[in-house]
Amino acid sequence: MVHPVIKLVAQRIALGLLLLLAASVLIFVGTQILPGDVAQSILGQSATPTSLANLRAELGLNEPPVTRYFNWLGAVLQGDLGKALTNGQDIAEAMGKRLGNTLFLAFCAAVIAVPLAIGLGLIAVRYLNRWPDKLISMVTLATISVPEFLLGYIAIFLLSVQFRVFPSLATVYDGMSLGEQLYAIALPVLVLVLTVLGHMMRMTRAAILNVMQSAYIETAELKGLRPFTVIARHAFPNAIAPVVNVVMLNLAYLVVGVVVVEVVFVYPGMGQYLVDHVSKRDVPVVQACGLVFAAVYIGLNIVADVVSILANPRLRHPK
Amino acid sequence: MKDDLDLILDHIDQVRLSRRAFLNRSAAFGLTAALGTALLPMGAKAQEPKKGGILKIGLGGGETTDTLDPGLSDSPVPFSVNRQWGDTIVDVTADGQLEPRLAESFEANADGTVWTFKIREGVKFHDGSDMTVDDVVATFKRHSDENAKSGALGIMQGISDIKADGQNVVLTLATGNADLPYLLSDYHLVIQPKGGVDAPNAAIGTGTFKLTSAEAGVRYAFEKNPNDWDTTRGHYDGVEILVINDATARSSALQSGQVHMINRVDPKVAKLLGRAPNVSVVNVSGRGHYVFLMHTNTAPFDNNDLRLALKYAINRQEMVDKILDGFGGVGNDIPVNAAYPLFTALPQRDYDAAKAAEHYKASGHDGSPIVLIVADTAFPSAVDAAALFQQSAAAAGIPLEIQRVPDDGYWSDVWNVKPFCASYWGGRPVQDQMYTTAYLSTADWNDTKYFNTDLDALILSARGETDTAKRTDIYAQIATIIHDDGGVICPMFNDFIDAHTDVIAGFEKDPNYEMMGGWASAKTWMA
Repeated sequence: MVHPVIKLVAQRIALGLLLLLAASVLIFVGTQILPGDVAQSILGQSATPTSLANLRAELGLNEPPVTRYFNWLGAVLQGDLGKALTNGQDIAEAMGKRLGNTLFLAFCAAVIAVPLAIGLGLIAVRYLNRWPDKLISMVTLATISVPEFLLGYIAIFLLSVQFRVFPSLATVYDGMSLGEQLYAIALPVLVLVLTVLGHMMRMTRAAILNVMQSAYIETAELKGLRPFTVIARHAFPNAIAPVVNVVMLNLAYLVVGVVVVEVVFVYPGMGQYLVDHVSKRDVPVVQACGLVFAAVYIGLNIVADVVSILANPRLRHPK
Repeated sequence: MKDDLDLILDHIDQVRLSRRAFLNRSAAFGLTAALGTALLPMGAKAQEPKKGGILKIGLGGGETTDTLDPGLSDSPVPFSVNRQWGDTIVDVTADGQLEPRLAESFEANADGTVWTFKIREGVKFHDGSDMTVDDVVATFKRHSDENAKSGALGIMQGISDIKADGQNVVLTLATGNADLPYLLSDYHLVIQPKGGVDAPNAAIGTGTFKLTSAEAGVRYAFEKNPNDWDTTRGHYDGVEILVINDATARSSALQSGQVHMINRVDPKVAKLLGRAPNVSVVNVSGRGHYVFLMHTNTAPFDNNDLRLALKYAINRQEMVDKILDGFGGVGNDIPVNAAYPLFTALPQRDYDAAKAAEHYKASGHDGSPIVLIVADTAFPSAVDAAALFQQSAAAAGIPLEIQRVPDDGYWSDVWNVKPFCASYWGGRPVQDQMYTTAYLSTADWNDTKYFNTDLDALILSARGETDTAKRTDIYAQIATIIHDDGGVICPMFNDFIDAHTDVIAGFEKDPNYEMMGGWASAKTWMA
């Protein structure tokens, strides 16, 4: 007899894979209906009809879309993402580097933002409607409301032009030590932390407040536990499911949605890589990026689901 | 003269006068160069180029899709990257003169159909091999091959035969071209070992710096080429090019000292940036221009009265003041300006609402709005420029409708396709090339769809004409035809605006292109 939790988790993963397959269809269809012709984009203005026809044949653009989809999917399943049309680079290799950079930035931002947001959420509940709560809410709501590029420019103006504390360029490349890389990305990390902090902190606060009305919280209080212990030990574990969902949503955002921050701080991540290739109609790269982004989103959502399941005692300890 | 000398010495004391400016001025007072140099006190001699340091350049205009193949370069970053590691056989100096580079000298026969370039001896590629006549021939042949998709294909198509003859490369042309050396200074035509046929992306050349690392759209690193054939250039130990596409990020990187020089300063902040401590802004008027293009074969633009009405309805000075913030000059509805050799100025066409209304009436246009398609990628602030155009035209009773479209796809779906749109031209070193690229009936990029056999004949006759006076006269005729009848509305010529920190010395104006025509890293040094 399989433990129900394992069954539930297996179901989630299977569903996720199915969703990824559906996403791959959408990505493929989406890139096919992009206006403009790949062969035309590559050859430019001086393309002759013969050279266009040759290139189309070479790229397999004359095959029916369904055949092309399965050819592409088959290659991807074998780990072959193909070559970029524009500069002939191996996509897996070129994208691997960019993905590594993006994950590095996202990881650094998350390591600071997640504990900070949850901690601030706990403090806000502890001092509900008193000045610490109001201050925390005000600051985080302000930073989430300011567009991230503006936060970026303000950070650059203050911290790298006026007081030369951190570099305004976050370019990282091979041969930099970890310390140098961390120093280089200080400002984008700061901006990303400020951007995602508010959402997670507000959700933590709201979710905990929700369980604070429960009878067992009252019991804990009557037992004379310190208010912060009540919140952290008794309320928070029961509020973890909604918090994890929001955390995962923000992590996914840190991976797939930071193109603006990348541009402002000149960070070589996935966002700029994707945008450059979309404008050049480099379809294989766009498809590969789309697939990676979809996988990250779906993967993180699976993690959120699984954590929610595990956080539920009734599922963990079935009768 | 005494006062002048005092003034010079005063400047030298403050190390304000560059060595070259000093020599020029002392020459003007009849001093010999030797005496001039002798007058330099010790402090000024420090203006001799210093060796060493790593130059960091922040450039806009690079993408992750860029390649290292010089034939495929089409934006500022690949252009600058090529300049680090490669050389062309001829180059154009800042004052528009031809300068032999990998060619030692060149000459043409009487009618300009056979050109002989004597190739320099003793030049080595970065990989240690000798640069030979065969390498030059192979390079030219590669760029002539349609499959190589070289940006210089249009130039090479005019050359019917390329062959080696001892230490010479002999080029035979179908029709005479007095400008051929100018054309061969094209930045695509970087000489590569064996023409780069096997390895177009190897980035091995004869240039000042050797490529050590390249990540497209991110960063390029170079080290000094110890065997550079041109010993007057190359003062840095290495160069680092960082791709910074965001204009604000670029100027803040310069202000915070993370890079030493940047290109494409936003005209709107150039004056502010110039006031920042330790930063110098260098603007130079070039041949680049912003245009509104009418297809002369498509209604309603097939009516010259309507074209003239629109030409009179645009306020050129206002555009220069508001769109370029003064960093540029007014255009005159021709694609050339005083930066071109053999240029003759035509009477300036100004904004004239009355004349515009008159021509508009004569055109018999039905009064329906004339649709102008524009996107910001056409040129910086193109949408604002279109709005100004709309206002000045409305004052003349001409209804313009602005249709704003996304940047994405603009160059494939709008430019050269739609009958009235905004665009820009980077300019070419000589008039013939500018006209041949965009105004000949047969040109791929005839983006005003102007088909005028008289104009074609004039362009071709100017090309083969070796008498300078006659040639100048033909170019004046060509300009007049386009000015009065063509489909181009050219409100302004834009300046190249670069900036550098005051650590950098020797940065001079070069109208050929931004970053001293791409040679900033080879010719400047750290003071």
